[in-house]
Amino acid sequence: MNWQLVPQFAVTGLLAGGPLALMALGIVLIFKSSYIFNFAQGQLLLLGTLFTWWLTVEQGLPLGLAIVIAIIASAILGLVIERLALRPMTGQPLLAIILMTLALGQFLQGSALLLFGGTQRNFPQIFSAAKPYKIVTPFLFNDKPIIIILKQNLVWSFVVAVLGVAIISAFFQFTKTGLAMRGASEDHELAQSIGLRINRIFGISWAMAGMVATVGGILLATSSGLDLSLSLVVLSAFPAVLLGGLESIPGALVGGLIIGFSSGLVNASKVQIIRKSAEIVPYVLLLIILVIRPEGIFGQKRIERV
Amino acid sequence: MTVLRPAGEFDESYATDMATIRRGWQWIALFGLIAGVYLLPFYASQSTVALVNRIAISIIAVQGLNLLTGYTGQISLGQAAFMTVGGYISALLAIHFGWSFLITLPVAALGAGVIGLFFGLPSLRVKGFYLAMSTLAAQFIIPWFTRNAFPELLNGAQGVNVPVPVIFGIEFNTPQKYLYLTITFLIITTILASNAARSRMGRAFVAVRDNDVAAELMGISPFKYKLQAFFLAAVFAGVAGALSAHHLRHINSESFNLNDSVLLLGMLILGGMGTNLGPFLGAAAVELIIEFATIAGPIVSAWIPSNSAGGVQALRPLLFGLALMLFLIFEPKGLAHRWQLIKAAWRLRPFAR
Repeated sequence: MNWQLVPQFAVTGLLAGGPLALMALGIVLIFKSSYIFNFAQGQLLLLGTLFTWWLTVEQGLPLGLAIVIAIIASAILGLVIERLALRPMTGQPLLAIILMTLALGQFLQGSALLLFGGTQRNFPQIFSAAKPYKIVTPFLFNDKPIIIILKQNLVWSFVVAVLGVAIISAFFQFTKTGLAMRGASEDHELAQSIGLRINRIFGISWAMAGMVATVGGILLATSSGLDLSLSLVVLSAFPAVLLGGLESIPGALVGGLIIGFSSGLVNASKVQIIRKSAEIVPYVLLLIILVIRPEGIFGQKRIERV
Repeated sequence: MTVLRPAGEFDESYATDMATIRRGWQWIALFGLIAGVYLLPFYASQSTVALVNRIAISIIAVQGLNLLTGYTGQISLGQAAFMTVGGYISALLAIHFGWSFLITLPVAALGAGVIGLFFGLPSLRVKGFYLAMSTLAAQFIIPWFTRNAFPELLNGAQGVNVPVPVIFGIEFNTPQKYLYLTITFLIITTILASNAARSRMGRAFVAVRDNDVAAELMGISPFKYKLQAFFLAAVFAGVAGALSAHHLRHINSESFNLNDSVLLLGMLILGGMGTNLGPFLGAAAVELIIEFATIAGPIVSAWIPSNSAGGVQALRPLLFGLALMLFLIFEPKGLAHRWQLIKAAWRLRPFAR
């Protein structure tokens, strides 16, 4: 361990967990209402971000307007996907539904490449790249205090992500639609029998997942550029979802932060092979959590009957 | 689907009843087909032979996946990772010990099986979707391992060059010659897979798939059979990986990636899960779709000038994803089921189905 680097990497990792949590949130939203684990979340994110880029860079719209239009467009995309691809799968076995979202992911990835091409692009900067924040910590190294340097976009991405989680938690807690969605997640048939429109609830959750994905994608693209591999980032959000618990919205946040934090901490190691393990740390954590506590930290344990 | 035999065809002995191939003409047709495939190099172009090689290797991997996912009902997103294991083991044994391909391949298969067993361990506690996630972890951890561990042996992200297999003094260095290897191993794995499916073990697989709690109550240990299924699936993947590595003569951590795992699952769905015919039809269909994308790619690129280079790369996932989605909606039981329906309709003709 390089102890003087630990605070820096720990905080950077924790903040990087913010966008991860936002992606995990998109997956949780869909799973909560419809028991579908959306493997295509990464491609939703990619398409939303590419569309934003196209609107603002190619078409010259102001960035704020472009983001709003892209968020609306991705909500519509979510609705279309739900109607055309997932609605026919209602009542099908789990494998078929998992494969449907995987196939959807392949289809959307191909479409993104066909429509926008595979070149690396610069996404417009939303947060100033100059003037990073400096935090002086009380820890001393060689009699000098350790200073943590944080890029602005890292901090603000984190803030936006936490805000997003807070807004959606509040939506589920206080609005009628949110309550209906929570009710539907308990039991689909029961919810229908008390007059909740299941189809509409599935649609809303897909639309929200699309919007969340686009916001997360924009946050990622503004700090690390935009190309087709953006969709792969979501692969490290899957462990975050399972870590937090599949049905839990606070769980998505906590899971994302834990994954970000531990990947960051590994970077402070002196041993090269451990530093390089940052990319598989989420999956090692995933294997551990699956064996110790499969339902995740905040998830519901299911009891099975024959 | 009940078995519908042509009118007047009866099994007159227990042996005929149990046989996979029951009639004399079926044996003739089978040998005709095998001979036709073995003689491909004499009448087909090199690209066709290469395509048949690819299809055969995919079929072997899908057959393993079929035992695990089709018969035992355990979803695996890591089949390609076990191909990586098989490919590397066979390559390293051939490079460093100079062993013959006929020895490295079984060792590679067993090695992949052991790794598969390890990643099947979570099936003790979790199932369904959670198990899919643990196999997804295999798909990340194994390639990472080959990229970063033992750099002097595995050569990092660059991967290793794999020697040409030499058996009895024959160098299998062209697609035409390699065809004999792939088809021979395909025949062996087909016999193994179709017999495994109807053994005591195969029946237990199906019981675990249909309801593992009920199976346990009937005295079938789900954990034991799930692990056996994971082992077998990885063994088949190891054979396919080793065959592919020696064919392409190079292997690295990206040779078999997550997309390949999804592709293999897609082949299984398109072909039909839990059938012996499924892997053949599915692998052929998907490889043909990919081949079609390779041909159609440049044409599409010409239509969309902003994207002149990526037509093929874009069309492959696009067409595969679209085909898989359409199959899941309209033909979830796959091509094998459709083939059964066609046979039944033919036999019942001219009466209604």
